[in-house]
Amino acid sequence: MTSIAKPPVRHPGLTKNALGLTKRDYEGAMSTLCAGCGHDSVTAALVQAFWESDCPPHRAAKMSGIGCSSKTTAYFMKHSHGFNSVHGRMPSVTSGANAANRDLMYIGISGDGDSLSIGLGQMSHAIRRNVRMLYMLENNGVYGLTKGQFSAASDIGSTSKKGEANVQPPIDPCLLALTLGATFVARSFSGDKDQLVPIIKAGLAHNGFALVDVISPCVSFNDHEGSTKSYKYTRAHEVELTSSDFVPLRREITTPNADTEMTAVTMHDGSTVRFRKTHEGYDPTNREQAWLHVRECQKRGEVATGILYIEEGGKDMHALAKTVETPLVDLPYSVLCPGSKALDALMEEYR
Amino acid sequence: MSQINDFAFKMGTVNGTGSASANSLLMQAIFRMGIPVTGKNIFPSNIQGLPTWYEIRVSKDGYTARPPEIDLMVAINPATYKKDVACVRAGGYLMYDSSWPMPEELQRDDITILGVPFGTMCVETFERDRDRTLLRNIAYAGALAALLEIDMDVVHEMLNEKFGKKKALLDLNFTAIRLGYDYAKANFECPLPFHLKRMDQTSGHILMDGNTACGLGAVFAGATVGAWYPITPSTSLMEAFKAFCEEYRVDKATGLNNYCIIQAEDELSAAGIAIGANWAGARAFTNTSGPGISLMQEFIGLAYFTEIPCVIFDVQRVGPATGMPTRTQQGDLFSLAYASHGDTKHIVLFPANPEDAFYLSITAFDLADRFQTPVFVATDLDIGMNDWMVKRLQWDDTRAWDRGKVLNAEELEKVKSFSRYLDVDGDGIAARTLPGVGAKGAYFVRGSGHNKHGAYTEDSAEYQEVLDRLALKFHTAASVVPAPEFFVQPDAEIGIVSIGGCHAAVLEAVDRLKDQGIVADYMRIKAFPFCDDVQEFLVKHPVTFVVEQNRDAQLRAMLAIETGVARDRMTAVLDYGGEPLTARGVVSAVITHLEGATV
Repeated sequence: MTSIAKPPVRHPGLTKNALGLTKRDYEGAMSTLCAGCGHDSVTAALVQAFWESDCPPHRAAKMSGIGCSSKTTAYFMKHSHGFNSVHGRMPSVTSGANAANRDLMYIGISGDGDSLSIGLGQMSHAIRRNVRMLYMLENNGVYGLTKGQFSAASDIGSTSKKGEANVQPPIDPCLLALTLGATFVARSFSGDKDQLVPIIKAGLAHNGFALVDVISPCVSFNDHEGSTKSYKYTRAHEVELTSSDFVPLRREITTPNADTEMTAVTMHDGSTVRFRKTHEGYDPTNREQAWLHVRECQKRGEVATGILYIEEGGKDMHALAKTVETPLVDLPYSVLCPGSKALDALMEEYR
Repeated sequence: MSQINDFAFKMGTVNGTGSASANSLLMQAIFRMGIPVTGKNIFPSNIQGLPTWYEIRVSKDGYTARPPEIDLMVAINPATYKKDVACVRAGGYLMYDSSWPMPEELQRDDITILGVPFGTMCVETFERDRDRTLLRNIAYAGALAALLEIDMDVVHEMLNEKFGKKKALLDLNFTAIRLGYDYAKANFECPLPFHLKRMDQTSGHILMDGNTACGLGAVFAGATVGAWYPITPSTSLMEAFKAFCEEYRVDKATGLNNYCIIQAEDELSAAGIAIGANWAGARAFTNTSGPGISLMQEFIGLAYFTEIPCVIFDVQRVGPATGMPTRTQQGDLFSLAYASHGDTKHIVLFPANPEDAFYLSITAFDLADRFQTPVFVATDLDIGMNDWMVKRLQWDDTRAWDRGKVLNAEELEKVKSFSRYLDVDGDGIAARTLPGVGAKGAYFVRGSGHNKHGAYTEDSAEYQEVLDRLALKFHTAASVVPAPEFFVQPDAEIGIVSIGGCHAAVLEAVDRLKDQGIVADYMRIKAFPFCDDVQEFLVKHPVTFVVEQNRDAQLRAMLAIETGVARDRMTAVLDYGGEPLTARGVVSAVITHLEGATV
């Protein structure tokens, strides 16, 4: 139960980040997910990424819908406000929260049921709106909480625990996001923390909607032979299209990569995503090429991972709406209420 | 019988041909002559081609309900001749376009038929097809000006205001208005027995529709986030909010907006955005109509249970299903008051007219913040989209907003610890914090079972404790929401209860009943939950009529459920055909019932 506090074990030797916080300060309640669940690894990667990013926990807001993945917002950053909302509707709640307070860091946690079935419309429109947020799609290809039904991310032919084969085509969130104009599209694997952590950090620095599709196997209902979302299958079929580091603003880039033409992308806040290597000349700034490449991988049964597409310099929701820099929530009533003089003048127009 | 400043006329035209501007010109001109006036637009769910009507009522006594009868019909649309000729009172008049031979269906012995060749005159006078169509409306306005003695100086002044900068257009309109005016003067005995005469009864008043008033109210309430999905008859509410924001909410130094309007992908999203923004601390709202309310049910329950403020405007239209999108009704009372699954109850405010809508909109934001819960402002198409003559809106600059119990960083420092759902004051309302305020104030919103600390629970006692506190909070709200408005008379024999857009017609009905010797006390409900006065009124009046615009007597049922007064003690007076209520309907229902009861 999330209401059970973790035992307060002190680890004086734990390393502190720039804020003087240890990783412990970024943890949350005890997870109630099954032992070995991919989502717990994603949670651990988030803790690592936030700690490394020196993010003040209270300046972050954790948003989620309903499902196993959505529960995990309780399992990290206990000093952040969290919002476990309605199934498939986290994107709208986050859009509203961001509209009200643009200064917070928004982390949306969702799953393949929450995002690709009941919430497909909401996710798609949050992408179109370009709400500045990190959107973690913890993708296990199955409905876990209701015990093993196929999700919209299940591949054709992938079998359920009971042996039934899925017949409907999958929705690939990365291909969808590329089509919808997303400006940051990445895929990773819960079992690959070294790849996932820098991707999360880059996503947090992105000036817009950052989708991270994380293959996150369900040990209880989708980790068997015949499943294409199992640990074994993912390890065997992962194709890393890009491999990247995230370099925060304050650190200087010391070793430029001479392997490829495109070595680094400067983020909105001045930090840098540095690509260590890319697959066969893959260009993560070319949307059409990215789509084709990811689609080719999908056709071969491969899982394309890495930062698949990145476009900095786009306009987020607030830039599109021309909202003031000050968070709307901080505007005083005296600024918001036009007052009696204005009303008196206005009344003349209604005669 | 003299009918100076006390009559009604109606225009029957084709939707999308430009009659709306002629009709509002007429109404505004009468208003500027100082004469109380009301307009009701009865229009189709259509962009062009279907029949549409506009009724203008002139009332020296200031009655603003739909007219009891039509004295003069302007029948421009042949498709509705039959219906239009039938609606005129005996002894009344009908004016039609006599460019074509008079059809048989317009024959009626007991009314006077006036033919004006609007079409022919416009074809002869104007060159462009578009002008010939559009200006035909201005021509009938001219004929009406002659027949009813509308002050032509006022008409000219208004045309000048509208087209002053476009000389060519102004000239065309002047010409058109003269066409009708001169023809009527030359061919008919002007004015008609019922006509206008200048008064001074409109100073201190305005003509405004309810959606404009609500949009303006949201601006004055300090709302910064508006989320919506277009739906008739609610669309113009957000359009008004946007227009007022563009006027009052653009930062002068930067040119950037002190507001954010999001047109969502559907009503579910619109509700989610409004709730998310309120959670983050902004005043946010969404506006919709019945179908949207249906879609928002799940989110409404979430906001209720997690205690997040949210203002939702419901401009009611005729349901169920798609219903009649351009007609009015009060069919959403149940689906607002008890919205969403599980044990839920909500604050609902019921404005009676645009003036009321402005003030109650502002109240709604205060109540939502104070009680940390969704608050509905339930208007209807008649209030929302028709122009009403109401008192000028006023603002008291000392008025501040009531943000309710929100702990800021300083206050958080002072408390030992923060628990989101702990009732410290015994009123059922716990303090909240806004995201970003500090680690001490952090809490986790969950729609799942939670205890008073906000932690997940499946424990019956812990869960019930939260649910019972929500009931206490609702009980507290009953004494804080706007109390009913009472209109009592000495020696009243009956009680009448009504709500929202019925108010104008009921007020008039009370006067007409009195003319017939039936003295009624009247209670106009302004809000749900009902305060104690509501039950008292019902108990005090053994014969009570509940007037509302839906089939199932929803208000009456709610009164019975919430006050314990037997449902059958209250007589339902229902009108649910989709058109604004008339006093005549109320009077005849009451009299019929009373006569039946005495037999």
